[in-house]
Amino acid sequence: MAEPGRALGVLVAIAVGVFALAFPFAASGYHLYQGAQVLILMIALIGLNLLTGFNGQISLGHGAFFAIGSYGAAILMVKAGLPFWAAIPLASVVCFIAGFLFGFPALRFGGLYLALATFALAVATPQILSYNGIDALTGGSQGLTIAKPAPPVWTGLNSDQWLYLVCLASAGALYWAARNLVRGRVGRALIAIRDQPIAAETMGINAALYKTTCFGVSALYAGVAGGLSAIAVGFVSPESFGLALSLAFLVGIVVGGLASLGGALFGALFIEFVPNIADQLTVSFGEGAKALPGAIYGVLLILVMAAMPTGVAGVAQAAARALMSSWRPSHEKGGVNVAANCQGKGEAP
Amino acid sequence: MGEFLHQVASGLALGGVYAIMALALVMIYQATQLINFAQGEMAMFSTYFAWKLMDSGWPYWGAFAVTIVASFIGGVLIERLVVRPFANAPVLASVIVFIGLAFIFNSLAGWLYGYSVTSFDSPFTGRPWFGAGYMSAHEAGSIVVTLCVLALVYAFFRFTPLGLAMRAAAQNPVSSRLVGIRVGWMLAIGWGLAAAIGSVAGMMAAPIVYLDPNMMGGVLLYAFAGAVLGGVDSPFGAVFGGIVVGVLGNLVGAYVVGDEVKLSVALAIIIAVLVWRPSGLFGRKLVARV
Repeated sequence: MAEPGRALGVLVAIAVGVFALAFPFAASGYHLYQGAQVLILMIALIGLNLLTGFNGQISLGHGAFFAIGSYGAAILMVKAGLPFWAAIPLASVVCFIAGFLFGFPALRFGGLYLALATFALAVATPQILSYNGIDALTGGSQGLTIAKPAPPVWTGLNSDQWLYLVCLASAGALYWAARNLVRGRVGRALIAIRDQPIAAETMGINAALYKTTCFGVSALYAGVAGGLSAIAVGFVSPESFGLALSLAFLVGIVVGGLASLGGALFGALFIEFVPNIADQLTVSFGEGAKALPGAIYGVLLILVMAAMPTGVAGVAQAAARALMSSWRPSHEKGGVNVAANCQGKGEAP
Repeated sequence: MGEFLHQVASGLALGGVYAIMALALVMIYQATQLINFAQGEMAMFSTYFAWKLMDSGWPYWGAFAVTIVASFIGGVLIERLVVRPFANAPVLASVIVFIGLAFIFNSLAGWLYGYSVTSFDSPFTGRPWFGAGYMSAHEAGSIVVTLCVLALVYAFFRFTPLGLAMRAAAQNPVSSRLVGIRVGWMLAIGWGLAAAIGSVAGMMAAPIVYLDPNMMGGVLLYAFAGAVLGGVDSPFGAVFGGIVVGVLGNLVGAYVVGDEVKLSVALAIIIAVLVWRPSGLFGRKLVARV
C-alpha cells in the first residue's frame, strides 16, 4: 500500500456515499431540507476552496456570486419560465463570466487588497439587489418566490426527496470535477501560483490566465450552489446574501480545511448546524444565545489558524495515518515509522 | 443650492468620521502591512462601552476619556494575545484571524448589550458653532473633534520621542531594534492607538448611525474606500481620502444613484482606485524585491 491512510479514506468515502444515498429514504421533511442545504453549502465551499485554499486568492465576498446564481436562476425560472435544469446551468455560466471579469482587476490587487475589494462587494450586495432600478427583474426588497420543481412522475419521489437527490447529484459531480481538477496539471499550477508566484511564472505558467479562470470556476461553483438554494428555499430576497453569508463560507473552508475538498463536507455541516443549534438554545436561554454562532465562529477561526491550519480534514487525515501505521506490524515499515509508532503508543491496543 | 451645501456639510462631518477610522487602519497597516478587518467591530464595542458608562450616570466627556483609555489598553492586549502569534503567518491567516476577532466583538456586544438599536447621545446640542442651517450641532461638533484628533495624532508622531520611535519601528524594524527600540512594543502601542482612535470614530458615528452591533459595517467600508483612495500607507492620504469619500458618497447618494445604494459608491471607489492607481493618490508605489 503506497499510502497508509488511503484505504481508510476510500472506506470513509464509500460510507459517506451510501449514507447520502440512503438518507432521502430514511429521513423526511425538514431533515431532508437540511440535508439539501448541507450539500448546497458544500458546493459553495468547494468553489471557494478552489480559489482561496488552492490558489491563495482571498475572497470575502463569495456570497455575491452565490446571490448572482440564486437571482439568475430565480429570474430565469419566474420571468422566462425556464425549467430549473436549464435555469441553474445558465445562471452559473453568468456567474463564471462575472467571476472571470472580477478576476481581472483582482490580478492587480494582491492578497490583502483582494480581500478588501471582495469584502466591499459582500457588504454592498444586498443594497445592489434591492436597487429600485432593477426591481422589475429582482422584485426589489420583496424578492422573488419560486415554485418548487415537481419530481418526474416515473420516479415516484416526493418533491423533498427529488430536490435532495438533485443537490446530491450536483454535489457529487462537482466534487468529482474539482478533485480531477486539483489532482492534475491545473491543480499543481494553481498551488504553485499560491506558494511561489514568481517561480511558477518562470516555469511557464500563465499566472494571469490561471488566476482569472480559477476565479471564474470558483464563482461558477458558488453560482450552482446559489441556484440550487433558490429552488430549495423557494424564495430569494436581498437580505439573505449579506456579509454574513460570505463570512460563513470563509468559516466553512477554514474549519473544514483549507485546500481540502473532502473538508468541504465538514465545513458545510458546521455552518449549517451551528446556527441551527444556537436557534434551539435561544428558546431555552433567551436572546443571549443569538450571539453564540458568531462567538463560536470567531473563536474557532482563530484557534484553527493557531493550532490546526489544515482544519478538520487535516486532523482527520493525520489521525487516519497514525491509526493505520500503528495497526500494521513494524517489520513491514522502514525505520522512519518507528517514531510514529512511539508516538502512537498511547492509544495503541 | 442650500440642499447641495447641506449635503456637502453633512458629507464633511461623516467624512471626518471615515477619516479617523481610515487613520486607525493606516496606523496598523504602516507597522504590519495588514488591514485590520476587525477595526469596525472594535470601535463598535468601544462605543457600547461608552454608552454603558453614560447609562450608569457618567457625564459624556468623562465616559469619552475613559473609553479612549480603555480602548487603548484593549488594543494593546489584543495585539499581545491574539495578533502577535501570527506575526509571521501568511496574509490569509492574518485576514482570517481579523475576521475571527470581528465575529467575537460582534457577538460579545450582542450578548452583553443586546441586538436592539439604541440611540446614542451627542455632547453637542443646540445651535452649531458654525455652518448653522447647513448642519446639525452634532455634525459641526464632530468636525471639530475630527480636527482635534488629527492634530493630536500629528503632534504625537512629529514631536514626541515615542512617536519617533514608532515611526522608526514601522519603517525599518531591524535598524530600530539595533538602536534599542523595542519594536514589538511599538507594534502593540500602534494597535492600542488604532483602537483608541477608532473608538473616537465610533462615538462620533453613533449619534448618526445609531448604536447596534452592526453599526460600523458601512462606516468601515467607507473608511476602507478612503484609505485606499488616499493611499493606505499614507496617514495624510487616508484622512484626505476619508473626507473626500464622505462628501462624494453623500452627493452621489443624493443626486445620482439614490441613498439606498450608497454603499455601492464605496465599492465602486475601491475597485476603481485599485484598478487605475493601486497605490492611491498619496501612497508610495510598492516595489518588491524578488
